[in-house]
Amino acid sequence: MADYEQRDYDVLVIGAGGAGLRAAIEARTEGVSVGLVCKSLLGKAHTVMAEGGIAAAMGNVYPEDNWKVHFRDTMRGGKMINNWRMAQLHAQEAPDRVMELEEWGALFDRTADGRILQRDFGGHRYARLAHVGDRTGLEMIRTLQHRAVQSGIDVMMECKVYRLLKDDDGTVSGAVAYWRESGRFIVIRSKAVVLATGGVGKSWKITSNSWESTGDGHALAIWAGADMIDMEFVQFHPTGMVWPPSVRGLLVTEGVRGDGGVLRNRDGKRFMFDYIPPMFAAETADTEEEAERWYTDRQGARRPPDLLPRDEVARAINAEVKAGRGSPHGGVFLDIGSRRSADYIKRRLPSMYKQFKELADVDITVDPMEVGPTCHYIMGGVRVDAETAATTVPGLFAAGEVAGGMHGANRLGGNSLSDLVVFGRRAGLAAANYAKQRNLATFSDKLIEEITTAALSPFSSEGGENPYTIHAELQDMMQSLVGIIRTHDELVQAEEHLARFKERLGRVSIEGNRQFNPGWHMALDLESMLTVSTAVTMAALERKESRGGHTRDDYPQPDPELGKLNMVIRFSGEPPFRGEMSVTPEPIPEMPDELKALFEEQQH
Amino acid sequence: MSEIIMRLWRGDANGGSFQEYRVPAQEGEVVLDVVHRIQATQAGDLAVRWNCKAGKCGSCSAEVNGKPRLMCMTRMAELPLDQPITIAPMRTFPIMKDLVTDVRFNFEVAKRVPPFAPPPRQPDGTYRMFQEDIDRAQEFHKCIECFLCQDVCHVIRDHEENKARYAGPRFFVRFAELEMHPLDTNDRRLLLKERMGLGMCNITKCCTEVCPEEIHITDNAIIPLKERAVDATYDPLAFIIRKIARRKRPLPAEEAQASAIVTTPLSELADGHGDAKKAKAKA
Repeated sequence: MADYEQRDYDVLVIGAGGAGLRAAIEARTEGVSVGLVCKSLLGKAHTVMAEGGIAAAMGNVYPEDNWKVHFRDTMRGGKMINNWRMAQLHAQEAPDRVMELEEWGALFDRTADGRILQRDFGGHRYARLAHVGDRTGLEMIRTLQHRAVQSGIDVMMECKVYRLLKDDDGTVSGAVAYWRESGRFIVIRSKAVVLATGGVGKSWKITSNSWESTGDGHALAIWAGADMIDMEFVQFHPTGMVWPPSVRGLLVTEGVRGDGGVLRNRDGKRFMFDYIPPMFAAETADTEEEAERWYTDRQGARRPPDLLPRDEVARAINAEVKAGRGSPHGGVFLDIGSRRSADYIKRRLPSMYKQFKELADVDITVDPMEVGPTCHYIMGGVRVDAETAATTVPGLFAAGEVAGGMHGANRLGGNSLSDLVVFGRRAGLAAANYAKQRNLATFSDKLIEEITTAALSPFSSEGGENPYTIHAELQDMMQSLVGIIRTHDELVQAEEHLARFKERLGRVSIEGNRQFNPGWHMALDLESMLTVSTAVTMAALERKESRGGHTRDDYPQPDPELGKLNMVIRFSGEPPFRGEMSVTPEPIPEMPDELKALFEEQQH
Repeated sequence: MSEIIMRLWRGDANGGSFQEYRVPAQEGEVVLDVVHRIQATQAGDLAVRWNCKAGKCGSCSAEVNGKPRLMCMTRMAELPLDQPITIAPMRTFPIMKDLVTDVRFNFEVAKRVPPFAPPPRQPDGTYRMFQEDIDRAQEFHKCIECFLCQDVCHVIRDHEENKARYAGPRFFVRFAELEMHPLDTNDRRLLLKERMGLGMCNITKCCTEVCPEEIHITDNAIIPLKERAVDATYDPLAFIIRKIARRKRPLPAEEAQASAIVTTPLSELADGHGDAKKAKAKA
């Protein structure tokens, strides 16, 4: 008989970043019992690395800002393929969620009249990001963490969910997890499950993501049979560090550009003026003179092209480097030191200053940074109902990066932190209400034993594959074949590689025992990474156009017809790889006329 | 390139020892990179915590050549590479495995900190605070909970028995951030003095020295808290003013409804340290 511990909750939340914490708090407020599982210690989730701010049309700096402008920016940034209702709810509710964080103790930087200060970011028409220097994510996670701990939520730290459990009628009713420390199993029964597991970046070599971002929630949803949308849209943040190799991919906040930094190539040229796409031409400055004027004259000048949405800037940098106009280590230059005072830079961007000083010997108040694209965020994820964050599988909810639709083909900076709290709250509320209608399910020992036996199988072979080697090779492969620029032939090659990786993972063997064994954890995380990588590759093959975070060299233009479709990934079979994954184009929900009108109005 | 010799502590709660690993040196690496290379090529089961690798999450705390540091922010080039580099787990916390320690003590203390308690909002729905009034508290919000200050604090470093009545520098910073929050209406001063062991700190500033966020823990958090705690007890005028103003409430009850934060159930740990109640399964 399987040896495991059991716990029961009304709502199980998987992941303790911004979305998971916010969901847990809301569910607890509804009076249900809540268990919160996280792979790391509490407070270390990837949210902590968010830098620039949280987007919310509060109008503190520009009173003319409102949810309609934010909504329009979000949809245009997402190349109009976003779930319009999610984008609308997000824009409408973000200001309340920011105020709520303040009420719970967050200390945002202030305006001169004592309100929350907002900063400029790419793709946002007005200065809209509430922030704390360049460590906004830390402020947010700590605020939510304190709130969660005080509200009586059970936090299961350093615990990984390996499989979801369904009851007889197919409702998600719990999970099998293991404690990372002891390697022992725990069966968590619950009446509803919220996925809030974040992203998938660890499948790429150059990434801003931590070890946790292995797409566990995406994979759990796929295995549970949930619809996945937009998986082809992966955001490469334009500015990651490129040197030294140890820090390659580490994020350099967009706030550097929001606060006056500009991109230059090897020749010192501000190359972004050569890459202004027609969609944004009407609102982007086309001379350096106008761009400079914008910092002090918002009415009389248009925005610098350095602040175009991330997909545009990442592609531009990629093109400059390919054309041989890059910096010595294969990036471009990001210069704020020659443009702003040292005091200003240290006050606005303290952690960037420290990061470059300590890790790269670069004083950013004097010298330019070398930056290049880094895999940062996946727009795609579990298809959810905008109001309730319910997935297409009963009992399963999803919020934050693991959910798809909100950001369409490309996410604007600052819209992630707001997404986490807006939809984290909605998911927690809906999951609690769902749980109130349900009873706990029971699971046979046989079922649990099958699952735990599978999890332990890497221990039973010797002299097999090293999980770290498979991971490193997967990262190289995804970087080169499913990266920023994609082609049909390379995507087909990627599928072949993925099939071989799956085979090799079956032959993996692990040193040591179950006690805090990162090699074993890697082997199990690879099941998620390979599943998610397959979904991304399949969706990327199917979308024969270029749009947002999906660029096809063989189809370089957007196709208006494809702009009306989501690529929907479905899987039927047994986790991790026994079954069929399919991709089906399906129409995106149509926007009501009154919202459509927002895009037809003259905006400048 | 030349070879680096790393001496890593390997073992668990039952004991262990330093083991030597030799790896080729590579340009621009930090200690955590080298530890990861050893893990990927020579010791697949080597336990080490990490997340952001950018000094922002505070996961990879360890003692590098005897000095408490973040491994991700310690560059190999600044270490004397002609000698072996020693990496040990934090000493103040019980060993789980290899470089990973049981830091649950900190999460337990966190539950006992009375929460932020703001007044109602302004009529326009906002809170008004001015930057100069929050600068002080914002310094404390920089804390990444690496627990290096706890690790180096004499009061608990070699005195397990003190942990029951001493919160430690990290939590004095947390108390300070709440006490100096312009909106907070809770009063935690007596609690600090009577249950959190504020008086046990003898201001040696070791915590300040190791803080990777350069928070002035001793000068800006602990000393002002000590002054306030004294005021709370002995200053009759301040006491009366407080009574009249009724802005601050006296000694708040510790949170009745605190969360259970657990890792592996304690019954399964070899040395069974900690409070067994915490581990009781809810089922």
